[in-house]
Amino acid sequence: MAKTSISSPKHVEREEFFAPGHRACQGCAEVLAVRLVLKALGKDTIVAMATGCMEIISSPLPITSWRVPWIHNAFENAAAVISGCESGMKALMRKGKIPAKKINFVGMGGDGATADIGMGPLSGALERGHDMIYVCYDNEAYMNTGIQRSSCTPYGASTTTSPAGKKSIGQHTQKKNMVEIAAAHGIPYVATACPSFPFDLMEKVKKASETAGPAYIHILSVCPTGWRINPSEAIKYGRLAVNSCVFPLYEVDHGKYRLTYKPSDKKLIPVSEYLKGQGRFRHLTDSDIETIQAATMKAYERLLRLSEQE
Amino acid sequence: MAKPMEQITWQELETGAVVVEVGNSVQYETGSWRSERPVVDKEKCIKCMFCWLYCPEGCIRQAEEGHFEADLTYCKGCGICAEECPVKCITMVIEEK
Amino acid sequence: MAKTRKGVEVSIAIAEAVRQADVDVVAAYPITPQTHIVEHLSELVADGELDAEFVPVDSEHSAMSVCCGSAAVGARTFTSTSAQGLALMSEIYFIAAAMRLPMVMALANRSLSSPLSIWNDHSDIMMVRDAGWICIFVENGQETYDNILCAFRMAENPEVMLPVAVNLDGFILTHMIEPILYEDDDLVRSYLPWKPMKNALHPDRPVSMGCFGMPEIYTEAQMNREMGVRNSYPHILDAWEEWGRLTGRHYRPVETYRCEDAEYCIVTMGSYGETAMEVVDMLREEGEKVGVIKIRLWRPFPLEEFRKAALGRKCLIVMDRAITFGGNQGGPVATELRSALYGMDGAPSIVNYVAGLAGRDVSRKDFRNIILEGKAKAAKGEVDGFTLYGLRG
Repeated sequence: MAKTSISSPKHVEREEFFAPGHRACQGCAEVLAVRLVLKALGKDTIVAMATGCMEIISSPLPITSWRVPWIHNAFENAAAVISGCESGMKALMRKGKIPAKKINFVGMGGDGATADIGMGPLSGALERGHDMIYVCYDNEAYMNTGIQRSSCTPYGASTTTSPAGKKSIGQHTQKKNMVEIAAAHGIPYVATACPSFPFDLMEKVKKASETAGPAYIHILSVCPTGWRINPSEAIKYGRLAVNSCVFPLYEVDHGKYRLTYKPSDKKLIPVSEYLKGQGRFRHLTDSDIETIQAATMKAYERLLRLSEQE
Repeated sequence: MAKPMEQITWQELETGAVVVEVGNSVQYETGSWRSERPVVDKEKCIKCMFCWLYCPEGCIRQAEEGHFEADLTYCKGCGICAEECPVKCITMVIEEK
Repeated sequence: MAKTRKGVEVSIAIAEAVRQADVDVVAAYPITPQTHIVEHLSELVADGELDAEFVPVDSEHSAMSVCCGSAAVGARTFTSTSAQGLALMSEIYFIAAAMRLPMVMALANRSLSSPLSIWNDHSDIMMVRDAGWICIFVENGQETYDNILCAFRMAENPEVMLPVAVNLDGFILTHMIEPILYEDDDLVRSYLPWKPMKNALHPDRPVSMGCFGMPEIYTEAQMNREMGVRNSYPHILDAWEEWGRLTGRHYRPVETYRCEDAEYCIVTMGSYGETAMEVVDMLREEGEKVGVIKIRLWRPFPLEEFRKAALGRKCLIVMDRAITFGGNQGGPVATELRSALYGMDGAPSIVNYVAGLAGRDVSRKDFRNIILEGKAKAAKGEVDGFTLYGLRG
């Protein structure tokens, strides 16, 4: 594991910038990710959030869980809205209309908001080079509307619009690789993270905050409701996703690939360990799992190769 | 404290329905969702804070005796703390009311 | 820049007004016939004459979204679009008004597809009629320049806090070269001082914007919004009044021309007003008791002023530049004006013409035909529905 300055909960910011009393499901690892991201960013942060689970559970008027300035505008435009906040503040500070101050401008959205409906605005904001961070909380389906498939739903997962049936494996397409799409913009910092690896997550968020220009962080956010697992196992399943190489933790820092966590031989597990307890994959046959295993390792080996390149 | 939404008049809303009392969700007590409650063995707790770190509610606090425990006002009883505790000092107990 | 009169394209004059307003953020996507406005703005930024962030976005949807973000931090914000661009941004156009985010848009009015057309009518703005923006129509270059500046004062007034769309006819105005009197930079600065916005997004005083509304509170939020638009009215008048005091050029929500003893009036919005006035002059010489009523402020609708201008006439010939498809009653303007006068003592009958769709020329001769034919129709009681002027077949 890479050297990190956060290696114990004792190093973690104590202040909560996301208040309890929010209405996320029991065991929601996405709201945990939000909480950890905010801890890494600190109070001098402005968040623009897409419509979705995190927006709904945190802001039933006149109630809010947010303790940092927060704006929700629409489903597909969080990246554009935060780029507007950044542009506005940049101009106001440059012109001396308000005092200069380092502020984190952070767009946030789910996988649907990011990889589907908000892809254009996100691509535009990344390409324009705003000093901003975009965080995608990927729970691999439209959970807020009732577990419909998104382009980030993995192959073989059964959702309410990609149900497994006699003639269908469920989701029959490959998960869209948002991380590589973001990296292809040539932006300075891109990373994956998972709240099951909280120190790695917070390190990456801090790095993104310190990087001038756009950064993209893709966070696997286990959803007990949509994945049909026990809420107490949300952290465990994130760990299984990483240790089975289904969701490798890596970064692309100024074009340089680096796996920030490589499962040791002892920790490395077959994908079946990750898939088997999840209701959404219950229907998969051994042969389906073999297919997934092969594809997973092929993708992981590519990352290994890339991260070994100088 | 914000009024319940069903009592707010249109004049009482801020322009643009902006909420200025940030973090006021603390007045919404999600503890009532709970069917199981975490019980900590204070002697076994090593104060590693991992339960605090992983809690999706952000509702785990250090008690005066030094151990960590969930604020039951908000704890939804997900059981992550019990699952993740490295010394297994947290047990989920059925709520009886 | 000191006070000067210049022959310039109206789009350039808009950009100059935006420069004088010292905006902080311009976000726009190119669409004909709006392009000259933002092209010139980007030049002003490139040359350092305007210290602003020019955000060349990926779509109009993102343009309006960037404007929302920019306005939310309290930056002075400008955008411009037309037709399909407005349609694409319409989702956020509504949200900008609901969230009470002040910004100014120059809307180069153009017809909506399909068939695809780049030319002028009012189908774009009528699509978003009910969004809750302040909506102004201008009829020449000077009015455009003046109203872009007035619009910032209206939008950012803490008692208003609304986006403002200044509607100008695409090509007919945007690409017209006219003599424009530019006011002195200092005068504009004093008319438009920038002040920090209450509840702007800033870490020193966090707020939450755009919370979602359960059925228990959505109605109250909508009434708050409705009253926001209605209550902007006196502040709109104030902004015009102050501009009139400084420059001698006065604007009213409803303006009349030769209406004193007019038995019938032609009602226009936008650049048709000028042609209508010329034709009315000609008809007056022929002894026709005719005048022009021009609706400058479309939202909030100036109900009392319109009634004052309309009541007591025999008939109004209302020009619409869009069709309310399947509405069976007329264009959007006529439908609204009929409603405004319904059941009132002295209400004139309304004859409705939809004309000039997609820039089809409506000449003085056409105006003359419309007015005289409209008058005859009213006399015969043929006042239902609308006539699509100049239609073949």
